[in-house]
Amino acid sequence: MRLEPVLHPGPMRRMVPPALALLATVLVAALLAALAGANPFAVLGQIIVGATGSRLAILETLNRATPLIFTGLAVAVAFRAKLWNIGAEAQLYAGAIVAVLLGTGALAAPLVLPVSALAAMLAGALFLLGPVMLKVRLGVDEVVTTLLLNFIMVLFVSYLLEGPLKDPGGMGWPKSPALLPEARLPRIVEGLRLHWGFVIALLAAFVIWVVQTRTTLGFEMRAVGANLRAARFAGMPVTATLLKTALISGGLAALAGWSEVAGLKGHLSSDLSPGFGYTGIIVAMLALLHPLAIVLTALFVAGVFVGSDAMSRAANVPTYIADMLLATALLTMVLAILLTRFRVVRD
Amino acid sequence: MTPSPDKAGEVVLRLDGITKRFGNLVANDAISLDLHKGEIVALLGENGAGKTTLMNILFGHYMPDSGAITAFGSRLPAGNPRAALAAGIGMVHQHFALADQLSVAENVMLGTEPLFRLRQHRAQARSRIAGLAQGFGLSINPDARVADLSVGERQRVEILKALYRDVRILILDEPTAVLTPQESDALFATLRRATAQGLSVIFISHKLHEVMAIADRCVVLRHGRVAGMTATADTDRASLATLMVGAALPNASIAPGQGGPVRLRLTNVAAPGLRGLTLGLHGGTITGLAGVSGNGQAALADLIGGVTAPITGEIAVDGVPQVQWTPRQALAAGVGRIPEDRLRTGGIGDFNLAENAVLETYRTRFSRHGLMDWPAIRAHATEIIATCDVRCDGPGQSMRLLSGGNMQKLILGRVLGAAPRIIIASQPVRGLDVGAIAYVHAQLIAARDAGAAILLISEDLDEVQRLSDTIHVISAGRLSPGFARGSISQTDLGLWMAGQGFDHAA
Amino acid sequence: MDLFEILLSASFWAAAVRIASPLIFATMGELICERAGVLNLGIEGIMVIGAFTGWIAVYAGLPLWWGVGTAFAAGAAFGLLHATLTVPFGLSQHVVGLGITLLATATASFAYRLALPEVTSPPKIDPFQPYEIPVLSQIPLLGEALFSQTPLTYAAFGVAGLTAYVLYRTPLGLALRAAGENPAAVAAQGLSVTGLRMGAVIIGSGLMAVGGAFLTLSAFSSFFFDMVNGRGWICIALVVFGAWRPGKALLGALLFAAFDALQIRLQQTSIGAVVPYQAFLMLPYLLSILALIVMSRRAAVPAALMVPYNKGER
Repeated sequence: MRLEPVLHPGPMRRMVPPALALLATVLVAALLAALAGANPFAVLGQIIVGATGSRLAILETLNRATPLIFTGLAVAVAFRAKLWNIGAEAQLYAGAIVAVLLGTGALAAPLVLPVSALAAMLAGALFLLGPVMLKVRLGVDEVVTTLLLNFIMVLFVSYLLEGPLKDPGGMGWPKSPALLPEARLPRIVEGLRLHWGFVIALLAAFVIWVVQTRTTLGFEMRAVGANLRAARFAGMPVTATLLKTALISGGLAALAGWSEVAGLKGHLSSDLSPGFGYTGIIVAMLALLHPLAIVLTALFVAGVFVGSDAMSRAANVPTYIADMLLATALLTMVLAILLTRFRVVRD
Repeated sequence: MTPSPDKAGEVVLRLDGITKRFGNLVANDAISLDLHKGEIVALLGENGAGKTTLMNILFGHYMPDSGAITAFGSRLPAGNPRAALAAGIGMVHQHFALADQLSVAENVMLGTEPLFRLRQHRAQARSRIAGLAQGFGLSINPDARVADLSVGERQRVEILKALYRDVRILILDEPTAVLTPQESDALFATLRRATAQGLSVIFISHKLHEVMAIADRCVVLRHGRVAGMTATADTDRASLATLMVGAALPNASIAPGQGGPVRLRLTNVAAPGLRGLTLGLHGGTITGLAGVSGNGQAALADLIGGVTAPITGEIAVDGVPQVQWTPRQALAAGVGRIPEDRLRTGGIGDFNLAENAVLETYRTRFSRHGLMDWPAIRAHATEIIATCDVRCDGPGQSMRLLSGGNMQKLILGRVLGAAPRIIIASQPVRGLDVGAIAYVHAQLIAARDAGAAILLISEDLDEVQRLSDTIHVISAGRLSPGFARGSISQTDLGLWMAGQGFDHAA
Repeated sequence: MDLFEILLSASFWAAAVRIASPLIFATMGELICERAGVLNLGIEGIMVIGAFTGWIAVYAGLPLWWGVGTAFAAGAAFGLLHATLTVPFGLSQHVVGLGITLLATATASFAYRLALPEVTSPPKIDPFQPYEIPVLSQIPLLGEALFSQTPLTYAAFGVAGLTAYVLYRTPLGLALRAAGENPAAVAAQGLSVTGLRMGAVIIGSGLMAVGGAFLTLSAFSSFFFDMVNGRGWICIALVVFGAWRPGKALLGALLFAAFDALQIRLQQTSIGAVVPYQAFLMLPYLLSILALIVMSRRAAVPAALMVPYNKGER
């Protein structure tokens, strides 16, 4: 077999493969539910109801989507420039650490939120800058270095929580002291469990979209990703663009950790992120790296997680069904997107 | 069909009524062709005449819509890449199919033994390679890494690969494009030895003088059809050329350039792949750079284009020495760059035409305060598309979907639109059809007449000699003195290309 | 115990060889994939699935070697998925590899919960026992370090030797290496680049899974969710460190494992009382990054690594 580009894809070719990918994902879900001895239709229904069926469920989904929008954007910005940042998890924790350091008394009231947000972004940015410097200076593959840094960061957080940042009143649990009230992100509406981090995430998506489509930096980032040689030949500042991309990407990922600590949890613990950094890859890929679409895919992914949790409590299907669904969605969708642009030819 | 007079041996290969359509395009239209034992048949034709398609069908990469292939009396199944190889047909492609990090012997042995055998017979293989190399005049060290070989040596490895497989039919695709005239002569000697031993050869080329020198018969393709078939002895270059392009060649000579002040001067410049070059490009003239591919042409293009900076020596534009030499600086100094590889360096396949049109100027002309001015960019691209006759759906179309000629027109429009005072054109017409070639040449001459200093890099000596007011030869990173238009023969150029003359000059 | 004492103890070197064994399997698996031109970032998840399937098979009553076979088959199945998406379809090897890791890890977790819904601590199996090779195991120091290991460790060294032999001494290995250098050269000889690459990814993935199974069947005797813990990524670094050569990669794995064994022992020394244990646990990851930096300018990466081959393009 051989792939041949389709010059003018019609509506059928554009719509059918992604629809089939979605169908395949649903079928896998049904199959897994059946394997677990549950009624597939009931399980799917419970996932949907669990994610959207009540005000509480919707708020939970929105809360879960917030860090995913940030990490999704972080991944998308980097991948667009073919910078393989798989270290959003570590950058997220860098932001979370800064939120704790500055939010537990180091700074006074009116300044603490903006300053800690900026400082968190800086910390995440610097954390990605290292691997990217190694890439541009020495040609060290950033996939492996950013991945390995995730493990180093998790150990570092564990050290902090058992040492310098240990909450004296934590009854032995590895968690940090709580943030001061003025260092917390307020709720959007009093009484509703949804904090301003969600709005900041939406804002970030919009800003990134503007940067990518309207600015010279966005043009350079896309050009570097699409064809590095041509970008260099055309006189684009390739290295500077990659470094700027790293700063933006690392900063966005750090905001995920910052908003989880300052908005949702109020303290740092070693289970702050159930893999938001890795899930961000799925969010970004499902959105085809489009910043605005990331808001939608983050909501979808968050819904799958929240719904699966709820379903798992009711039916006897392991909650890991969510991870399997999303990984399946990722793989079928990248294939589907390819098939909207190429046709398979037998020869 | 015209039988070849003295070598009418048995027919070893017969193509019979091969037809292949791609959509509306008929790439091969009922092509029939016989190859006899021990003869060399030249397959001639312009780009797009159907030579490549025909060979892809022969080697089973494409299914023909109709027609049959018979080798040594038995029919080859269509669409099976192994069938042609198994029948003893081998091909040396223009782009060598060699693995650089493997040794010569490993490259030769690749695919000759059953995959799932527990060991290789390396000693036997090496002695056989040595024997073949000696027998056919192809001196090569079987243990050398291919990456360390020159282009000519790599071609020998390719031919050895074919001989090692006991091919009885050898197809060579533009084999001399990468050789000096002298190396070409050595190749021809090898081919004569081989045909004397019963090998049959199809020699694909568009260089008429070579065809006249080596082929027994000529088959000319035009627009997918056989336009003519004749014994070489019964024809001459002019009539072959007429057959190829369909009308008498408009061999209009080009008026020489007017000459002007030196726009760009390299003084004793050393850079990766270049050794102490001194070169002045005058406004209003075309300077041609001849040479065997891989002798520093790409390095020189990169240097003048700002992709690499000199290690030592000086670059001066209009007499001003350049300190920071980068692509951006080169563009600012008025250097227009037409790169060798249109899709890898010249443009971005996934970007649309508008975006590609401003790759070099988006900062200076099409943005303000860091914001892209998309309406102006689209208007600019629309203008290039109109003035350069780029066939496309509009500025929103992906560059990847353009044909090579249209891609080159877009790049040409981008470069010339900036009114450059210095132009570096690397292989500007490689892979283009006749119409596009004429267009590119006309545009270069127009730019010359407008006062630009042009450096034309080409592996096609005819092109260099036709267009250039001054010719330099590059060999192993060194530059020959300049030869004025018409003052040097192709033979002498060939000697310089082979590296002779430099030692006396230096 | 001071450093000198540690380095001279046979138990230290035995531990190093033990720690190296899963890395050797997985590194050889990755190396085979990459020599054929495919970066397999599914390695981490495939090790997880190997650890799980090998263990669950033995827990279900199969003999230990059948557990190894089950792990290989499970790894090969995920390899087939990876290969299908990346070779004929030419999808991004980064994205597909990470997707395979997520899918394989999730599959192991889901299947574990399905099989053992209520248990809090995972049940144990009877793992491979050390087998003392007659005579050789009596050699001082070397005997305990090398020849008193479990059969699966001997198999790891066997796989490394076999990988080297196949790559450099057989027609298949030549074709594989050529597929990773210049697939067009392979195709021109009528060999199938797709077949070679897919085969390499499938076999390589099987080996990665056996590396994972070593953890449950030979090292720890039961399955935990985080037990692979980045070993897959470390193996990718080891392939680079070994300059894509089986022998050097084997040495790299041993060297790496020696450092890992050393940091475990240093935790119990006077240094360990001062330095937090997390710093020791970071060492393997830091060491991997260091290895990548050291080798960055020297490594001869296969020319066609991560370059999909599509016959249509010329």
